Amino acid sequence: MSEGNNNEKQEKPVSPERRNVIKKLVSIPVLGAMTYGVYKKVQYDRARRNLGDMFGLDSAELPPVMSVKPGGKTIRLGIIGYGIRGKQLLQAAGFVEPALIDAWKEAAQINSIDTRYRDYMEQESLNVEVTGVCDIFDTYAEAAVLAGANIHREGANGKFGTPPKRYRYYKDMLAAADIDAVIIATPDHWHGTIAIDAARAGKHIYLEKPMSWTVPETYMIRDAVKQSGVVFQFGHQGRQTDSYLNAKQIIEKNILGPVSLIEVCTNRNDPNGAWVYPIHEAASPETIDWKQFEGNKDRIKEYLDYMQSHGLMRYVGPEPRDRFDLKRFFRWRCWWDYSTGLSGDLLTHEYDAVNQIMNIGIPYSATSSGGVYFFKDGRTVPDVLQTSFEFPDKNLTLLYSATLASERWRGKVFMGHDASMELSSSLVVKVDPRSTRYAPQIEQGIIKPDTPLITYVPGQEELDAVSSATAQYFAQRGLLYAYVNGKRYDTTYLHIREWVECIRNGGTPSCHIDAAFEEAITAHMGTRAYLEARTMYWDKDREEIV
Amino acid sequence: MTPMRIKRFQSEWPEIGYSKLQACCLVALRLLIGWHFLYEGLVKVMHPRWTSLGYLMDSQGWFAPLFHSMASRPNTLAAVNFLNEWGLVLIGLSLILGCLTRAGCVGGMLLLLFYYLSHPPFIGSENLFILPREGAYLWIDRNVIEIAALALLYVFPTSNVFGLDGYILRFLKSKSFKSSSHVGRK
Repeated sequence: MSEGNNNEKQEKPVSPERRNVIKKLVSIPVLGAMTYGVYKKVQYDRARRNLGDMFGLDSAELPPVMSVKPGGKTIRLGIIGYGIRGKQLLQAAGFVEPALIDAWKEAAQINSIDTRYRDYMEQESLNVEVTGVCDIFDTYAEAAVLAGANIHREGANGKFGTPPKRYRYYKDMLAAADIDAVIIATPDHWHGTIAIDAARAGKHIYLEKPMSWTVPETYMIRDAVKQSGVVFQFGHQGRQTDSYLNAKQIIEKNILGPVSLIEVCTNRNDPNGAWVYPIHEAASPETIDWKQFEGNKDRIKEYLDYMQSHGLMRYVGPEPRDRFDLKRFFRWRCWWDYSTGLSGDLLTHEYDAVNQIMNIGIPYSATSSGGVYFFKDGRTVPDVLQTSFEFPDKNLTLLYSATLASERWRGKVFMGHDASMELSSSLVVKVDPRSTRYAPQIEQGIIKPDTPLITYVPGQEELDAVSSATAQYFAQRGLLYAYVNGKRYDTTYLHIREWVECIRNGGTPSCHIDAAFEEAITAHMGTRAYLEARTMYWDKDREEIV
Repeated sequence: MTPMRIKRFQSEWPEIGYSKLQACCLVALRLLIGWHFLYEGLVKVMHPRWTSLGYLMDSQGWFAPLFHSMASRPNTLAAVNFLNEWGLVLIGLSLILGCLTRAGCVGGMLLLLFYYLSHPPFIGSENLFILPREGAYLWIDRNVIEIAALALLYVFPTSNVFGLDGYILRFLKSKSFKSSSHVGRK
């Protein structure tokens, strides 16, 4: 090449060649300008990144993800209650009805965005088997047997393992030797009774929220679990959400300054979200054991004693408890007779998230208001509810606000004097314009108030003080995936996995019995405040709601 | 501008076949588009956690399933991120330096086509995308216009004179001359 160039050089006069070279290097000033611009941009980013250092943000402090250790003992599971949530929990444990797998496969063929089949097949096995199922509706129980036998995750034409035994009474299952642990996903009014019996039978427990239906049983569950020493995981799978773990770090670093108000919400707007579930066509007095559905006698007595002694009988019924009623069977969440209403069903998720992040514990007082304002379908539990919890020792109020008749999105907001944090599956921190702590940086223009300062979007490895505009936008809107180390996971799966690994290898699950007790008492305070229309207080020393 | 100067500007640059004004406009267009690509690429490369996940998940229209599937597999997503980041940088450098410019134009058009298909500006699309759009578009958006501009640069090349392609061309010619003379001797 050099030879050719030399030849050409010799043929051409020098000055046009020099001109040509200049023409060829026309881009040099452009690249120079770009270099200068990029240098300035890097300087700007570094100043912002230093902010991140100033806050001491560090992803290394996040707890490590508990993975399935190979070679451990296979845990033998029993499931009690195979309704909507029971199905989801068994799926998270790795067992799905063949018909559902066929439906997923078909859906994926029609629509490639539908990744339910692929996600499920990629879900890591937990080294568990289902040896028992219990449901008082025959159709559900038979479906649970099919799911439990579907060990190869196949459709209707696949090969199945040994079907789990169907129990008609949960006590028979608890007495069985081939059950190590139980998942309890019954209606609320059965939670406590079954959990107490399971603990006494020495079975490890995964209990759906809320922990209890009546106040007296709340103490009994705590005692039974603590005395038995079983591994207890409580069903707030939000504990596994990455953004919550990052939020905890932000609170611990005191980036927000004193937090005086936390606002959490439920915003739903469809019959399903308001618990108006479809009624199964196979349901009848022959296929449903109504007697068992009514509940445990001791619990019912506790419930009625409270309602009677406080003049709240208008909230009981109105239908007689012993009369078979399909609506009450499938939509039990709409009646206090079985349910804990918005407080127990949805406030608990929000409260547990805040308790996880800030360790607020049981509030000093609770005041509630609301009513049945939209779903006038005979329900006794309100569809609009506001509860404010006071924490004077922490100088803050937790405000819960819910409606089942509007989906206008409101995230969890932690309002600090120096900055506020909005939290969903993603996280955004904005500095307050009137912050005392950041006043110098605001004045110098290093921090721009009311714009995202720290963001976290699912999939990101750590908190970020230099997000791109796109990332910031997504952080503010929130993408609905839970990520661990960049991989998409179902939080319920992670929650079950944590429980199973603690059973196998020791350890305490993240949503332990004390967290569950705090959740239950807090929810009961909110419920009682609504029912009695007065402020309820927590007597810390006597451990009583007064 | 004096008539003398206008005349000089309109005069041809014999080695490229355009008037000076035409050549200046074409080179300017090439540098501007190159700048756009290069900076878009550098910003992403410099940001260690940049990912196309959100953009891909925000896709709409006929090709949305393709982009969603890209986003849903970690390995594919990592490849897409890498190709996009470094593709943008290399295309930008290619256009600015005038180096393998035609390949750069084709690469740029391909990338832009992907962006267009991922976020097509059909009627009502402004209500579907989560990412805000910075203007109002009907079927034609900035991506399409930039594709057209790159097509223009492809058919009206300037990099042989204003860029390094002249050297590359000469190098290739000398190579092919050498090899062909070699073959001839054989």
